Amino acid sequence: MSVTLPAGQVYVPGGGGGKPAPAGDNYLNHGTSILSWALTLDHKRIGLMYMVGVLSAFLLGGTFAIGLRTELFDPSPFFNKNSSQAWEFYNHMFTMHGAIMVFLFIIPAIPAILGNMVLPLMLGAKDVAFPRLNLLSFWIWVLGAVLFTFILLGGVVRVSVPAATWNGWQAALDGLHIGWILPGGLDTGWTFYTPYSTSKSTAGVVPATMGAFVLGFSSILTGVNFIASIHMLRAPGMTWFRMPLFLWAIYGTALIQILATPVLAITLMLLMAEKILGVGIFDPALGGDPVLYQHFFWFYSHPAVYIMILPAMGIISDVISVHSRKHIFGYTFIGFSSVAIALLGFLVWGHHMFVSGQSPMANAIFSLLTMSVAIPSAIKVFNWVSTLYKGDVRLTTPMVYALYFIVLFTFGGLTGLFLGAVSTDVHLTNTYFIVAHFHYVMVGSTLFAFLAGVYHWWPKMFGKMYNEKVGVIAATIVFIGFNLTFFVQFIAGSLGMPRRYATYPEQFHIYHQISTIGAYVTACGLILVLCHWISSLRSGKKAAANPWGGNSLEWHIPSPPPHDNFVGKPIGNDPYDFSQWKETGENVWEFDPSVSPTPIRARP
Amino acid sequence: MTLMTNSIFSLLGEGRTSLWLPSNGSNFAGDIDWLFNIILWITVFFTVLILGLMVYFVIRYRHTAGRMPEPSTSHSTTLELTWTIIPTILVLGIFFYGFRGFVDMMGAPPDTYDIQAQARTWGWTFTYPNGATDENLHVEANRPVRIILQSSDVIHALYVPAFRVQKYVVPGRYNRMWFTPNFIRGTGATTETLDFYCNLYCGQLHSNMIGKVYVHTTEDYKKWLADAADWTKKFTPLQAGENFYKKSGCMQCHSMDGSLGTGPTWKNLFASQQPLADGSSVLADENYIRESILYPAAKIVKGYNNVMPSYLGQLKDRDIDALITYMKSISENYKGSPDDLNPKMPPSVPVQLNPLDPIIH
Repeated sequence: MSVTLPAGQVYVPGGGGGKPAPAGDNYLNHGTSILSWALTLDHKRIGLMYMVGVLSAFLLGGTFAIGLRTELFDPSPFFNKNSSQAWEFYNHMFTMHGAIMVFLFIIPAIPAILGNMVLPLMLGAKDVAFPRLNLLSFWIWVLGAVLFTFILLGGVVRVSVPAATWNGWQAALDGLHIGWILPGGLDTGWTFYTPYSTSKSTAGVVPATMGAFVLGFSSILTGVNFIASIHMLRAPGMTWFRMPLFLWAIYGTALIQILATPVLAITLMLLMAEKILGVGIFDPALGGDPVLYQHFFWFYSHPAVYIMILPAMGIISDVISVHSRKHIFGYTFIGFSSVAIALLGFLVWGHHMFVSGQSPMANAIFSLLTMSVAIPSAIKVFNWVSTLYKGDVRLTTPMVYALYFIVLFTFGGLTGLFLGAVSTDVHLTNTYFIVAHFHYVMVGSTLFAFLAGVYHWWPKMFGKMYNEKVGVIAATIVFIGFNLTFFVQFIAGSLGMPRRYATYPEQFHIYHQISTIGAYVTACGLILVLCHWISSLRSGKKAAANPWGGNSLEWHIPSPPPHDNFVGKPIGNDPYDFSQWKETGENVWEFDPSVSPTPIRARP
Repeated sequence: MTLMTNSIFSLLGEGRTSLWLPSNGSNFAGDIDWLFNIILWITVFFTVLILGLMVYFVIRYRHTAGRMPEPSTSHSTTLELTWTIIPTILVLGIFFYGFRGFVDMMGAPPDTYDIQAQARTWGWTFTYPNGATDENLHVEANRPVRIILQSSDVIHALYVPAFRVQKYVVPGRYNRMWFTPNFIRGTGATTETLDFYCNLYCGQLHSNMIGKVYVHTTEDYKKWLADAADWTKKFTPLQAGENFYKKSGCMQCHSMDGSLGTGPTWKNLFASQQPLADGSSVLADENYIRESILYPAAKIVKGYNNVMPSYLGQLKDRDIDALITYMKSISENYKGSPDDLNPKMPPSVPVQLNPLDPIIH
């Protein structure tokens, strides 16, 4: 192919449409207009836009976490002298925190940001299978997020201004015939349990569930896209068992997204049918069964827990292998354990209702299946630790996050045993033990893996390096703060501290105080992480194509990647065989084609 | 050493022997605590194993200048099977003992003492076989108790940490729980007060929906039951009305000093004209008040929501009469003499208020 370039320009691959691009062209500067971002079909740009959106949601959810920990520092009301109003404000805060964090942060964080960013790169593809669907999924997410946040924030404002002021606004808007625009807010918790949500709660339930419904579609479209991409777009030579484990994890996640999310949509439709049309489905006053709602809800939401944790496990597999310069240990077991967790995750929802009065037989089956999830989880942890054995362990920021992940996941996973066993769960369910357990799994594990992934792919995403020392210090502050916040909650919970309490008896005071201090420390650590990112973007030194010596396909192309990712089709290889990469400088690894890769069968 | 252990336990609070669990208050606590501790030790063992190996590998194989990874295998079927089979055996064991403990909690003996528990937003009414009602749970030591749970409105949950029992209170059906309370403070004590909680989120004042469990000796329990069954022997209607106001959940929403709450204030309510949501108004007389207590949705006062649970079956006629008497005493619209409301009676026993109850100013 002969290409004529303007004088002084050098040929680089990936100009888009099969054309070459001028030197220095990459996906970040390939177009500069607003529309070149808003209507982009480039998976990398969509990933970045998700990153801005999802992290804004995280900031909002985190603000409310700090707010509710502040209220709980002391059993007396903090945000309002009138205790009833303070408790109502607290109820809106914890609903806001939970709903925003679950629906707008944890579920989309890893698949939508890092999945979009690196999945096609790892596959050796130019984009996902359906780029337009990918863009649609992003804008649906934005629509759902705006609607959802508006409804929930409205409630927080309503309970924090005097009733007279609010009624004044309502009257003024009613005068303009747009009184419906003022949202009543939501105080049901992120679970929308009936009959409270349909009979007693504020008017925000229908619009808020509508928001969650819309967000679900975004999730489904992303899942469809990833499954199609993994099936159809793998580079030649990339067999299923030569995919990076992150892709196995994303595949398992996508399966759950497309199979479970429709059930959430159905549930929320039924909820709306009951609330708007008065059809008796869940409300006993109308002849419904309130516990049926919990089964519907957890049929989605328990698999959703695995939507949150599976991609995190994928990141950890990749990060630990690359940063200890060792082939991942037990590849097939890790890969299959991801799929096993995805499938078992569908069959355990009933463990949320052990004390609802459901039949002992159901409890036995759900308890047994729940226990079985521990096995693939254990397999993964042991394989990660074995990968370190005889490696060349580099304590880079992503590696430090990955090691902290193992600590937190070990706590989070093992405390699940207390809750999977029926008799101990009767004592512990809905206490702070549960709160601590799921924060260890969802925040401790997913957030730490997300940060590990962001740091791992940061040089690839932005072409900038960062200061490792600051990164490690920030990680350590977050780790200490996190444990301070949540470890004591295990003790408070097993002593009987109920969750979702705005105030509490004096015997739990000390645990809440430690917890609140821990939350402040965590917040400081996370603010430091954000500053660290900004400083890297502003003044980080230029990143090499391969700063870690990883061998999955994204490390074979420049950082940041060109608009079209690859020229032609790359050849799939063993992503965990690092023998062909030579370290030629700090964070610079060069490919040495003279070394032949370790044959798959002959690896020691 | 003994001194040290004793001082640690005294820090934990009386009756507790573990950092993790509350005092052992029922027949189930022993079994559940045993399993809890087994899982705790499994957790400690695997945490130490995993984190110990991890920290050792990180230190032993950390990167130094010029160091290369040593050749080692990346697959071992023996190891994979080891860490598949050992966890499988352990979780099957935990499952077995967990489920066995639960089966014990399902099978109540035939001779239980049955107490009805009615949950509503945001309070409890326990009804005893002799007709006595109370907002706290009173039980007799060493006698199996079965609690039949029902809800007036949304789902609640009755949770007594010291007994290690918990059950959802689901509207439209009866759920049941049973336990045998025991003494933990040895001889001499007549009552053990323990906390119980509503442990399923039920709205604004969910965290105030808590109460006490009193464990009585047999004689003491008989006496308490007899007294509780008939308040007329101890209180004037006015005193009883004030007690019902505080204990039955009225004060959660209705202030007595005119301040705003979830429901209309009771100050000057009696014999006043109440504007209704449909634009009409009604005279707040005895009939209106009785109707509002038993059928709260029948007439909604303007500016308020239909959120009050019905007290049908929970307050008897004479209890409602007492409440009306109390309302009269705080209404300027009532023109009768205050002395008429408060005949000479034995001195009243002041009601102990829960410090967490909201004070409506």
